[in-house]
Amino acid sequence: MRFKIMTGAAFIAVAALALSGCSADTDSTATGGLSIDVPDIPMLEELGEMESEVNIIAWSGFVEPAWSDAFTEETGCTVNRRVAGTSDEMVQLMRTGDYDLVSASGDASLRLIAGGDVQPINLDLVPNFGDDIVEGMKGQIYDTINGQSYGVPIGRGANILQYNSDVVTEEPTSWDVAWEADSPYAGEIIAYDAPIYIADAAVYLMAHEPDLGITNPYALDQDQLDAAIDLLKQQNKIVSEYWADPAAQITSFAGGTTSLGTSWEILRKLTDDDKFKSVLPEEGSTGWSDAWMIAAESESPNCAYAWVDYTSSAEVNGAIATNFGMAPANAAFCDTSDEAAAHCEYFNATDEEYFSNVWFWTTPIEQCIDGRTDVTCTNFQQWTDAWLTVKS
Amino acid sequence: MNRRAQLSALLALPMLWLIGIYIFSLVMLLVTAFWVTDPFTSKVKPGFTLRNFEQIIANPAYATTSLRTLGIALAVTALSILISVPLGIFMAKVASPKLRAILAVAITLPLWAGYLVKILAMRITFTEDGFFNSMLGPLGISGPGFSIVTVVLTLTYLWLPYMAVPVYTAIRQLPPNLFDASSDLGAGAGFTIRTVVLPLIKPAIIAGSIFTFSLSLGDYIAAKFVGGSTQMIGSIIASNINLNPPIAAAYSLVPIAFVVIYLVSVQRTGALERM
Repeated sequence: MRFKIMTGAAFIAVAALALSGCSADTDSTATGGLSIDVPDIPMLEELGEMESEVNIIAWSGFVEPAWSDAFTEETGCTVNRRVAGTSDEMVQLMRTGDYDLVSASGDASLRLIAGGDVQPINLDLVPNFGDDIVEGMKGQIYDTINGQSYGVPIGRGANILQYNSDVVTEEPTSWDVAWEADSPYAGEIIAYDAPIYIADAAVYLMAHEPDLGITNPYALDQDQLDAAIDLLKQQNKIVSEYWADPAAQITSFAGGTTSLGTSWEILRKLTDDDKFKSVLPEEGSTGWSDAWMIAAESESPNCAYAWVDYTSSAEVNGAIATNFGMAPANAAFCDTSDEAAAHCEYFNATDEEYFSNVWFWTTPIEQCIDGRTDVTCTNFQQWTDAWLTVKS
Repeated sequence: MNRRAQLSALLALPMLWLIGIYIFSLVMLLVTAFWVTDPFTSKVKPGFTLRNFEQIIANPAYATTSLRTLGIALAVTALSILISVPLGIFMAKVASPKLRAILAVAITLPLWAGYLVKILAMRITFTEDGFFNSMLGPLGISGPGFSIVTVVLTLTYLWLPYMAVPVYTAIRQLPPNLFDASSDLGAGAGFTIRTVVLPLIKPAIIAGSIFTFSLSLGDYIAAKFVGGSTQMIGSIIASNINLNPPIAAAYSLVPIAFVVIYLVSVQRTGALERM
């Protein structure tokens, strides 16, 4: 019976997993320093008549009849949803030219912008993008390039340290239990299975090896990348499993194979067991942040804008965040009811201090996004290639 | 002329399938292996470069993963043979007709269950608080956890029917008088199996091994769910497929090469003609 419940949870989690493909970095000083050559794509100046449909690529749980039916009624735009499982899949799908909108995470958005796959967004046409959008999600590097906005934020979350309090009796304050070879929980540690996880190693090194000079976990030169890979190889000896599938992660914790490791709030909730607790350790962590982006060649730009605006309203944005299990972008949702307030509290929706410690997923590129100009940083392909050596 | 038309009509569909779907996609795969990917946007551009192959040779992870996968595929094949031969002899020559029917159903029944369901079942079995540990824990035995051993066990579980069925069929077709003759000439059971049964069922074993070997070689879901940190060829291809399709294409030539080498060496033994 327990497994039955878990399977249900697991399926919801899959949706969550999909989400994970995500996002970007974060501090505005870095943003200011970054300018990238992007294809010149015209921005929509004013809205016209609604088209008949809008095709959306989204993480599971972002486009649901509960709120899309009302949208169709209001605007006459039929909503066609395509659920994608990873950021890379989203990027590939957007390039087919069949879609108008995508709920891109930070590690997909830069690629889409630089690839000329998405168009600049005229925020004047999105009235719901206003003062209520939480400060930490405005003008971030993953959706704003050269001062031009390309995305409208949906929500965000952190990759937290989850632990089984039956085994880990004292709340860990540091990620060291997950990284160091002499961890008391060696052999019971779960790690995330994707190249972007290199950034987690970089976040740890940022705090513990200051000599390496890492100031942004997504701007690593070759030496810093090598150091992160060495740390990951050290961790490889003490991990029980790597997870990319939320169902696998949940069963790994629930089945006792894993005692601690990287997780999302939503997955911890899905275990439905109070012995699993979570913490954002002192080193901070990585995280993800998603935004709506409109295809450069969209055939239904008016419906697309209408959808972006509709889902940025407090109610709909809150519904998506609640359904998916993340912090909503629109803080006004938090004041709509006690339940909403509890949700915001639980996911630290308006706690910028909490998120100041979170490095949102960003595509690593050759140009160092921490502002260094004397070195070349490693790009995502180099990360992917290096990641393969961790497990071999 | 009429005969020729009949023949073309007969072959049209299989040839369309073979050339249009099989060969064409393989050729496209091969061609993609020489294309380039933009490092920033990960857009694939047609072109000609050997960089993908250089990268596969330069990064030792590709070689170790290839060898590990080869080892897993060979282990699965060996384990399947070890189980199938005694099982086949028992079913064909010892078991009563009723027991034989039950066993035949038991072997093929898992084929009816979904592939993912079976892998998740193995995951639940081998998890720390799972079935295996709770059954054998009192005896002081603890399971392999999620490791390369579990991957081999899971793949054997998945592919065993493909070995057991042809082996059983082959043994069943052996004339009983061969056993009588062997026995009359003073051979014991072990000697009979070694000198009479095994040589005669070799084509069946090879047919089965082609399935167990090549299916194991291409699998990565098992490694993902029960492998812990085990990385197989498929895992690497899957992680590259969206991000850098050309290198995934280049690397997929490795398992193809393994299978071709395997088939050629099998063909040399002459077993394919008697299959």
